[in-house]
Amino acid sequence: MPLVRNEKITADDFVRVADDATIPAGGNVLIPLARFLEDAEALLQRDGKVGVILPNNRDPDDLEPYLERLALIALVFPTFRDGRAYSQARLLRERYGYDGELRATGQVLRDQFVFMIRAGFDAFEVKKDSDALAFEETIKRYSVFYQPTADGRFTALRQRLFRPYAAASR
Amino acid sequence: MTSPLEQKKIKIAGPSIVTANRTWDGAVVYRTAGHGWSTDLTEAAVVRTADAARDLLSEAAADDVNAVGPYIAPVAVDQTGTIAPGNLRERIRLDGVTIPLLPVAVAA
Amino acid sequence: MYAYDDIDRTLLSERVSEFRDQVKRRLSGELTEDEFKMLRLQNGVYLQLHAYMFRVAIPYGTLSSKQLRRLAHVARTYDRGYGHFTTRQNIQFNWIKLAELPDALADLAEVGIHSMQTSGNNTRNVTSDQWAGVAPGEVEDPRIWSEILRQYTTLHPEFSFLPRKFKFAITASKHDRAAIKIHDVGLRLHRNDKGETGFEVMVGGGLGRTPFLAKTIRHFVHGHDLLSYVEAILRVYNRYGRRDNIYKARIKILVHELGADKFAQEVEEEWRQMDKRVLTLTDADIENVRSRFSYPVYENLPHMPDELKAAAHDTRFEAWRKNSVAPHKVPGYAIVTLSLKPVGMPPGDATAEQMDAIADLADRYSFGEIRVGHEQNLALPHVAKRDLPALWRALDKIGVATPNVNLVSDIIACPGLDYCSLANARSIPIAQELTRRFANHETASLIGRLHINISGCINACGHHHVGHIGILGVEKNGQEVYQITIGGRADENAELGNLIGPAVPYGEVADVVEDIVEAYLALREGPDELFIDAVKRLGVEPFRERVYATR
Repeated sequence: MPLVRNEKITADDFVRVADDATIPAGGNVLIPLARFLEDAEALLQRDGKVGVILPNNRDPDDLEPYLERLALIALVFPTFRDGRAYSQARLLRERYGYDGELRATGQVLRDQFVFMIRAGFDAFEVKKDSDALAFEETIKRYSVFYQPTADGRFTALRQRLFRPYAAASR
Repeated sequence: MTSPLEQKKIKIAGPSIVTANRTWDGAVVYRTAGHGWSTDLTEAAVVRTADAARDLLSEAAADDVNAVGPYIAPVAVDQTGTIAPGNLRERIRLDGVTIPLLPVAVAA
Repeated sequence: MYAYDDIDRTLLSERVSEFRDQVKRRLSGELTEDEFKMLRLQNGVYLQLHAYMFRVAIPYGTLSSKQLRRLAHVARTYDRGYGHFTTRQNIQFNWIKLAELPDALADLAEVGIHSMQTSGNNTRNVTSDQWAGVAPGEVEDPRIWSEILRQYTTLHPEFSFLPRKFKFAITASKHDRAAIKIHDVGLRLHRNDKGETGFEVMVGGGLGRTPFLAKTIRHFVHGHDLLSYVEAILRVYNRYGRRDNIYKARIKILVHELGADKFAQEVEEEWRQMDKRVLTLTDADIENVRSRFSYPVYENLPHMPDELKAAAHDTRFEAWRKNSVAPHKVPGYAIVTLSLKPVGMPPGDATAEQMDAIADLADRYSFGEIRVGHEQNLALPHVAKRDLPALWRALDKIGVATPNVNLVSDIIACPGLDYCSLANARSIPIAQELTRRFANHETASLIGRLHINISGCINACGHHHVGHIGILGVEKNGQEVYQITIGGRADENAELGNLIGPAVPYGEVADVVEDIVEAYLALREGPDELFIDAVKRLGVEPFRERVYATR
C-alpha cells in the first residue's frame, strides 16, 4: 500500500506495531491507541518517533496531553463511506492545534483525496497504486471551495468580498 | 458491499434466472448460459436448484464491469419452454411501467 | 433569482469534469460498482428497475425560464421526453444512460443547475417555501439563507460521508409550506425582540420506517451564527450517529435515543468549544449573497383590473382562479399554481413540451421565474392580475390548469414499483384511479382541502404519514396491499396519521378512500370543517366504523 506524503509516493519510515507484538527498541513506531495509553510516557521517551492509531469512535481528547510529542496520528477509514475520521482530523488540526503528520489509513481512495486534504490530512496510505500515482493530478480537481477549514484555502464567500463586484457578476 | 453470495443463504422455490442492470445504460439484462448478458428474457439461463443458482449468480457477480447488482429472480416456464417473469416486479422490469408514459399530448 | 458568478460556475464545471473521469473509470472497470456507487449517488444517479435515474436539484424551488428549458432539453435529448418533479424540489429523469450522464450534467451546468448531493449520505438539496419572496406577511426571503446553506453544505469536506442522508428545510412564513417538521433540520426564520433575524432550530424530523416530528433544540440562533450552529449539529451527528444499522442511522434516531434535551446539550457544548470566527456571517457576507438575487420591478397595477372583471363570467376560468391563484405581497399581482395533477395521469410529471411552454409563459407573464413546490406542482410567482385570463387560456391548452390544487385529486405520490427498485407496491396507478374517482370539480370543491399522499414502500417518499389520507403500499404474499392512515399533516401543525384499519388489496384502495371521504361528508359539522379538522375532532374511530362496517 503506497504512502503519499507531500504529494509524492514515499517510503514509510514508521513500523506499524500490532496489538500484541513487541515494540522495537529503536526506530519510528506506529502504535494502536489502547496500547499507547497503557504506557504513554515510557513510549514517548524511547529512541525514535512515536505515532498513534486513533480509532474512529474515539475522542481526540484522549491524545491531548501528548500531541506536542507525537510525530504521527493515523486516523482510520474502515470503509470510505464512514466519515468519522474527517471530524477527528479537523478537531485535531483546528481545535487542538496538532501539527504533526496526520495520516489517512484504511480504504483511502482517489475520490476522497480533496476532502481529506481539506480536513487536515497530509499523508495517505492509498489503497490502490493507480490512485497513488494519480495523487498530484487529482488534488488539482477543484480550485474553489465554499467552506472554511484549517487548510487555509480562501472560501468563495470571502473571495467575493475581496474583489470588485463587477468581476463577480456576469 | 458484501458479495450478494454472502448476503444470505440461497433458496429458490422454482425455476429461476439471474438478472441485473447493464452498466453503461442501466438496461435490464439476464444472464445467459453462454456466460454473457442479454436483454431478452428468452435467452436467460434457467436454473432449478439452489446450487445451480449460486453458481450462476457467482459467475454473474464476477462480471462487475458489464452489469450491476445481479440477483436471483423467479420465472415461470410453461410446457413449451417459454419463460415468463415470476412476480410483479420482474414483470414490470420486463414489460415497462404499467401506466401511460406521457402526461398529456400538448395541443398544437 | 440567484445569479451564479464565475466562482459558482467554476466549481460546477470542476464537478462535471470529476464525474466524467469517474464514469470513465467505472466503464473501464477501474472502479468497482461498490466504489462507484457512492460517487454516482453523490451526483444524484440511482439505479432503478429499468434504468439509471438522474435527480437534479432545484435549490429552494426556484428556476429561471432558461433553466427550465434546459431541463426540457435534458428530458428530450437524454431521456424519454419527460421529467418527474419530486416532493423535495428536485426533478428526476427515469431513463438516463450512465455513459451520457456527464454530457447531461455539462449541459445543466451551463445554466447553473446541478445534481450534487441529491442522493447519498450527505446534506441534500436545501428546500424552502415555493412562495418565498412573494408570500404576503413573510418575515424575509428565506432563499437568501437557503443559498448560504446550499453553498456551505456543497462538497463539505467533513460532512460528505455522514451516517445517512441529511435534509434541511427553511420557512419564513407563519404557514409552513416547506414541511420543515419532517426534515432532519427544520429552520423557522423569525425576528427576536431586538428585530434581529434568526432561526428556531428543529432537529430530528423524518418519515420512513420510524417517523418523528422535529423537536426544537434552540428558539433563536442569530442569522450571523447560522453556519456555526449548523456545523455543531452536523459534527455531533457525524461523530455519534449510528452506523451499525441503516434504519437507525438518521439523526432522528440519535435525537430520539439521546432525548432532545441531551442532544441539544451536546450541540451547545460543541458550539461553545468551536472557533466560530471563520463561520460567523458578517452583514457584508449576507448582503453579498442577497445582492445576487434579482427581484422583479413591479408596476403599480390595479387590484381588480378590467381583464379580470371581464373574465369573471367564464365559469371555467373562475373555478381555476378561485382554486389556483393566491394573493401576492404586491397588489395587482398574484401567485399562480400550475397543477401537475391532471385527471388520470402520474402526479408531478411534465413533458419536455410542457416545460418549454411553461418557460415561455414565465417569460411573458412572470418575469422569467418558475417555482417548484413539495406538493409536486409548479408555480408562476409574479403574475399581473390583468394577465390571468390570458395566462389561464395558455395553461389550459398545455394541460396544467386543472383546478384541483389542494383538493382531493392533488395527490402526492412517489414513483412506486413502476420505477423504483426499493418499492414494494405501485403508487402511480392508485393515484391515477383516485383522480378519476374525484374528477368532478364540484364534488372535489364540496369536499374541500384534502391531501392524499401515497408511498410505495416504508421509505415514505410520498410522505404518506403526513397525508390527510395516507396510503402505504406493502407486499404481502406476493400481492400489493395498502395500509391507510388518516389525520396526518405536514404544515406548522404537523401530525402523523393513524391507521384506520386492516390493509386492503390494490383493487380496493380507491373504494376505501371514497368511503372515507363519504364518511367525512356525513360526519363534518359543516362545509367549513375541513377533513383534517373533522378527524382531529372525532378521532379515527367514527371513520373506521363507517368504512369497515361492510368490509
